[in-house]
Amino acid sequence: MEYFLQQLINGLTLGSIYGLIAIGYTMVYGIIGMINFAHGDIFMVGSFIALAMLVVLGVTAASSLPIIILAILLVLLIAMVFTSVWGWTVERLAYRPLRGSFRLAPLITAIGMSIVLQNFVQVTQGARVKPLQPIVTDGITLLQGGGPGGGIVVQLSYMQMIIIVTTVALMTGFSLLIAKTPLGRAQRACEQDAKMASLLGVDVDRTISLTFLMGAALAAVAGTMYLLYYGVIDFYIGFLAGVKAFTAAVLGGIGSLPGAMLGGLLIGLIETFWSGYFSVEYKDVAAFSILAIVLIFLPSGLLGRPEVEKV
Amino acid sequence: MAEAGSVADASDLRPAGAEIEEEKRRDAVSGEPPFKQPRRRDGGLRAALRDALFAALVAAVLGFFFLGLRTEIGPGGLVLSTRWGLFATAVAIVFAGRLLLRLFVFRDARPRTVTAAAPGWAAALTALGRLLGPGLLVLALAFPFLILWLFPQRDRQYLDLAILILTYVMLGWGLNIVVGLAGLLDLGYVAFYAVGAYSFALIAQNFGLGFWLCLPLAGLLAACWGLILGFPVLRLRGDYLAIVTLAFGEIIRIILLNWYDFTGGPNGISGIPKPTFLGMDFSRGEDGVAAFLGIPYDSIHRFVYLYYIILGLALLTNFVTLRLRRLPIGRAWEALREDEIACRSLGINTTNTKLTAFATGAMFGGIAGSFFATRQGFISPESFTFLESAIILAIVVLGGLGSQIGVVIASVVMIGGIELLRNLGFLRDIFGPGFDPTQYRMLIFGLAMVVIMVWKPRGLISSREPSAVLKERKLIGADMVAQGEGH
Repeated sequence: MEYFLQQLINGLTLGSIYGLIAIGYTMVYGIIGMINFAHGDIFMVGSFIALAMLVVLGVTAASSLPIIILAILLVLLIAMVFTSVWGWTVERLAYRPLRGSFRLAPLITAIGMSIVLQNFVQVTQGARVKPLQPIVTDGITLLQGGGPGGGIVVQLSYMQMIIIVTTVALMTGFSLLIAKTPLGRAQRACEQDAKMASLLGVDVDRTISLTFLMGAALAAVAGTMYLLYYGVIDFYIGFLAGVKAFTAAVLGGIGSLPGAMLGGLLIGLIETFWSGYFSVEYKDVAAFSILAIVLIFLPSGLLGRPEVEKV
Repeated sequence: MAEAGSVADASDLRPAGAEIEEEKRRDAVSGEPPFKQPRRRDGGLRAALRDALFAALVAAVLGFFFLGLRTEIGPGGLVLSTRWGLFATAVAIVFAGRLLLRLFVFRDARPRTVTAAAPGWAAALTALGRLLGPGLLVLALAFPFLILWLFPQRDRQYLDLAILILTYVMLGWGLNIVVGLAGLLDLGYVAFYAVGAYSFALIAQNFGLGFWLCLPLAGLLAACWGLILGFPVLRLRGDYLAIVTLAFGEIIRIILLNWYDFTGGPNGISGIPKPTFLGMDFSRGEDGVAAFLGIPYDSIHRFVYLYYIILGLALLTNFVTLRLRRLPIGRAWEALREDEIACRSLGINTTNTKLTAFATGAMFGGIAGSFFATRQGFISPESFTFLESAIILAIVVLGGLGSQIGVVIASVVMIGGIELLRNLGFLRDIFGPGFDPTQYRMLIFGLAMVVIMVWKPRGLISSREPSAVLKERKLIGADMVAQGEGH
């Protein structure tokens, strides 16, 4: 029971990170109908920016609590701003010139951009993994298991709390943004019918650019959280995280924001429980199999609208 | 949206026609030129400078944490070093580059988002392509002798490169059946390449069979895997199909990586037998090929032989593809690519059509894989990553979907170009001893993918000959076909 609870907490944390990345996929897919293959690498870029910023600020676990909180907020802000410029640039250079072209072209440039980002970071920052000393340590003990050896302790670390709280806050903010603001309305309009939206005075190019900005900003949050939580990053983390986040977006129903979050949490839980109870080596196989099974039996995902095929 | 609403509300209170008047006035005030006047080209220096400054600002933001700063593992955690010189140079290059581009290339305020098709040019290129095919074939047949004659010092290196390019040509042609003809977007093609390589390696190791026996077996096994992986994804299309095939590719790689007892895990399989020639191997001894033919032994013979094997296999792939296109099954593939619903309503069994496309493509992938295994003599899961699939798909799409000669051109450009970077040692004299050009190979590869795609979204050879005609043969322009869209 204690073991289960601990895995549940770990899974929810991991799932929150996937969910944040998945939102970027789902928004972009919803609005221009393409898999932004480079999004996973945008996440990786975000985590590298956060790493550099943390080293610049020089905070360690020994710093006082207010300083750590301020530093994390500042790092988040900087990472979001800088990473969103990356997201904007990728869209501007690789996707916008191909808008209205045939469908495979942006997919190829997206794969190309993904290769470019990975290798750019590898060339400029080195191929070795970057370890970061943990900054937020400690946590609260929820349950102390009984038994002879003291049993398993169920712990909720402060970092996990930060991740889950940040994710919930961002999700709420984002849902409001999409539901209430003119920008969100423009986005939904472009999603439904870009041509009609542009006839009605919505600047489609600008809306799409803003979508990429927002997706990249969320990916930067995910990257920062990943860095703080795991403490180790390299230039290749974006690929796997990206594929899993896309799986999450598909599982939840592509185009749906709550679906992306739900899918992220499910993928995180599946992966954690699989490694906890079966085998660590095959946890990615589990995640990928889920993707295949969901797409085959439930192509519109859990919360997505079924796609109507018109002749 | 909000503005449009307020205008509509206000118009209720005004006489008819006021709305139009107001619109005209607003256009005049906001500086939007009336439609009859030609659009003013703002190619002025001022605008160009502003644009270049913006680009430089973006570059500065992008590069700040990557070019300006660098984190290194030092004693007691990460340490920071700064490279402001590099950072400033990069920003200056972007500024100058954008300014020049803006002044001399892009005259419009923003780059055009619709690329115009150039049918005349494409037709000329295809006409050239018709001559290019036989020309390339003759060149390919004579290539080893040319190399031995022209570059006796570096023959091994060039032959190796040619073998590598031909392997990708074969993979590209194999994938072209799935993506180019049947329109099924496959991002996990490397899985079949891996299945072929591992089948050959394992059969050779466990049963002691030679290359020529294993080759068809590997092809068959890969085709079976094509059926197994193709079956679940029959209902999927477009991007979803792409992502599921990607997942399958990764699953196969992870299984190869973790199934130690069977595949050797990350250590891979070594000691894979070399191909033999009529039962003789290329050794120095009495029973070697050199002794049999009565020529002095040279280690290059084996490479020449490997070259002809892969050339033959690639040409076989091409031949089979060209013949299949004339058979009902090939026609069905192309019909499926153009419109699946129409295809089904005309009574074509789409299940069989898709599965045969997957199986045929997979078979050639598997054969190429077993060639790869025998050439390397060693295989490990490292060689079958997603990047490999991406490169093969890039070759097919960059060459122009469905175009056989396009695949050749794209392979030569991408693979040959990338490998050439290994030889750019002279750059070290310019940029200093710390400069390693091979580091930039994949970076340049990725950039080339993006640039070629933006330049020619339909690929290098974008027009196709129809496979069935009524009266006369006509080329179909790229804008007329919906190739490979998967719907």
